[in-house]
Amino acid sequence: MSEPRGMRKRVWIVGLLALALAYPRLLPALLGDLTGNDLLDASINTLAFVVMALGLNIVVGFAGLLDLGYVAFFAIGAFVMGWLGSGHFYDANFHLLVSEVSERVPGIHVNFVLIVLVAAAFTAVWGAILGAPTLRLRGDYLAIVTLAFGEIVPRVFENSTSGLFGIGSVDFSNGRQGITPIDKPYFPGLDEISRLDLEPFYYIALAMVLVTLFVNVRLRDSRIGRAWIAVREDQVAAAAMGVDLVRTKLWAYALGAALGGFAGAFFGTYKNTVNVDQFEFGFSVFILCMVILGGMGNIWGVILGAVALSMMDRFVLRALNGVPETLGLDFDLTAINFGIFGFFLVVMMVLRPEGFIPSRRRKLELHHGELVHDEPLAGVRL
Amino acid sequence: MARAARENVLWLLLSAALLFYFVDDPRTTLDNVKDGLANGTIWALIALGYTLVYGIIGLINFAHGEVFMIGSFVAVSLWQTTGVGEQTAIPVVALSIGAYLVVAMVASGTLNVMIERVAYRPLRNAPKLAPLITAIGMSFILQNVGLLWRGSPDSPPDLLRSQQVVFEVLDVGVVRSDLFVVAVTVPLLFALVWFVGSTRYGKAMRATAQDPDAARLMGIDVDRTISLTFLLGGLLAGAAGLIYALYNLTIQFNQGFTAGLIAFTAAVMGGIGNLKGAVLGGLIIGVVQQVSDARIGPEWTPAVVFSILILVMVFRPQGLLGEETREG
Repeated sequence: MSEPRGMRKRVWIVGLLALALAYPRLLPALLGDLTGNDLLDASINTLAFVVMALGLNIVVGFAGLLDLGYVAFFAIGAFVMGWLGSGHFYDANFHLLVSEVSERVPGIHVNFVLIVLVAAAFTAVWGAILGAPTLRLRGDYLAIVTLAFGEIVPRVFENSTSGLFGIGSVDFSNGRQGITPIDKPYFPGLDEISRLDLEPFYYIALAMVLVTLFVNVRLRDSRIGRAWIAVREDQVAAAAMGVDLVRTKLWAYALGAALGGFAGAFFGTYKNTVNVDQFEFGFSVFILCMVILGGMGNIWGVILGAVALSMMDRFVLRALNGVPETLGLDFDLTAINFGIFGFFLVVMMVLRPEGFIPSRRRKLELHHGELVHDEPLAGVRL
Repeated sequence: MARAARENVLWLLLSAALLFYFVDDPRTTLDNVKDGLANGTIWALIALGYTLVYGIIGLINFAHGEVFMIGSFVAVSLWQTTGVGEQTAIPVVALSIGAYLVVAMVASGTLNVMIERVAYRPLRNAPKLAPLITAIGMSFILQNVGLLWRGSPDSPPDLLRSQQVVFEVLDVGVVRSDLFVVAVTVPLLFALVWFVGSTRYGKAMRATAQDPDAARLMGIDVDRTISLTFLLGGLLAGAAGLIYALYNLTIQFNQGFTAGLIAFTAAVMGGIGNLKGAVLGGLIIGVVQQVSDARIGPEWTPAVVFSILILVMVFRPQGLLGEETREG
């Protein structure tokens, strides 16, 4: 939706935005403080997941490069937050635009907004570095190599407690304990945020989603966006038409990774800890599920997929946790969340491989004479 | 020549590393190699399942590691429910191992066939991405089945008195579990090679792998042949499951994921689609792991294995034995 098409669409967008802005105030009013707070927490997670899913959508959906190691970028982004916004490097004393409380704590403390930007830039570089070896590969080989990177990166962080690969003696990760606590976001001129009050986190996450959404839409409709789709559809034909494959693919990796790092840094500060246990293969698949269930390549589909899966994971399954017990079964629903996602993946692939949204959107778009953007899965040739 | 040199550089590096460690400390290194070969045969059994399936339908069966895990669970549950333990008489123990080996193999084999029927067959004509994703889905489902079955790591009874040294070669003690692994695995490997190489069914499998459409025209029931392939892979995975349980004496629901990735690395290393390559790859990876555990540190071993996987895929995607792969 580069240009809002017609009045109706504009009304929808303004309405949704207003709802999103009023959301944290509405929740306690409608559901009471306790459930409202749970739901708000789930929603903040969801927003961060939306950013990640939109990032992965660039790699998988737009450029058609199946990436099974997206968690690596979450890890890198989160660790940048850990390094630059905590007391982890207690020897150093560096403070930049942080609250008075953080000023007094040793360690490196940089303003949240700056860290998030640095994290995005840093992960973008790593996205290109890790993407480079995969350029020659296609299909399932590509998937496996990215998976391997996704497994290696967290191990490197975990083991780099005394220098990197044994060089030097800097502790980069504090091992399995991880880096904690992490600084809260702080904006000069505004009051300090309390961790008990989720509202500011919600608005920060919402702002990040809006930025990501804007970037995604602009990218999709840009020259590079068209190049991605051309590479996805037919790499050889695209190269013959003058698309630089190396550049195009590396940009997809870099920008996809940047958004992963962007959201990863936010997760670091929101969860108040950066811990290698968070960075599992399951996480990569969780994000991939969002992209696939929603409809690969379709921005709105991916958002829907992210909201549906994340809310299910963070809220619905927790709310229904007592159900197996009432049925006389002895287990937690939340323990088997990945089994449930796996089940959805299988069912979805067998019954509706193109995801929730594409075909309906295509019908709508037919009236606007626009068909190009949201090719369903069948369009991804490996 | 330059190309050949680049493709072989990885093997040269691995051999050089091994040689270096051997000169540095021969006894430990030999011990590591022995352990690595024993472990490697287990990886080889699993890797064969990957390679068989990839050879015939070009799919990475992501759920294969979980099929192996279920095999372990079945075997250990049988010992626990029938009360076979370390005090049981030796003939009964031997009988139980033989019988439960068959049960575990059949269970894993059936499971693998069912997975193919439910998750891969409906997508036979879909883009390759689709079955890869359902494979991941099945893997998660089975992992959670394992989680519900046994939430925490469990130990099977030490039926073999596994650490008892049987004989020594060059100061390296070969223990009972090493012999057990070899005794079970080698016949299975020969049986598989015979089956694929010398029977009508094996011929049908090879024909289907080469060209499914032509095979169908020749009167081969392609769907049944694919099911058979999954059955074979599952049988081997079940056997690996039982051996793994008795060899390592610990099982847990997520053992399949790691084992699956390691075995897949082995399959790729040997040249995916190539049976002998899978065995060779399994042995190499087994040795690499042990040496890495001893010399670089166990915390780095997964990273070492995955780095090798990446290097192989990028520089020598056709694998050690040079079999052509079906890429893309």
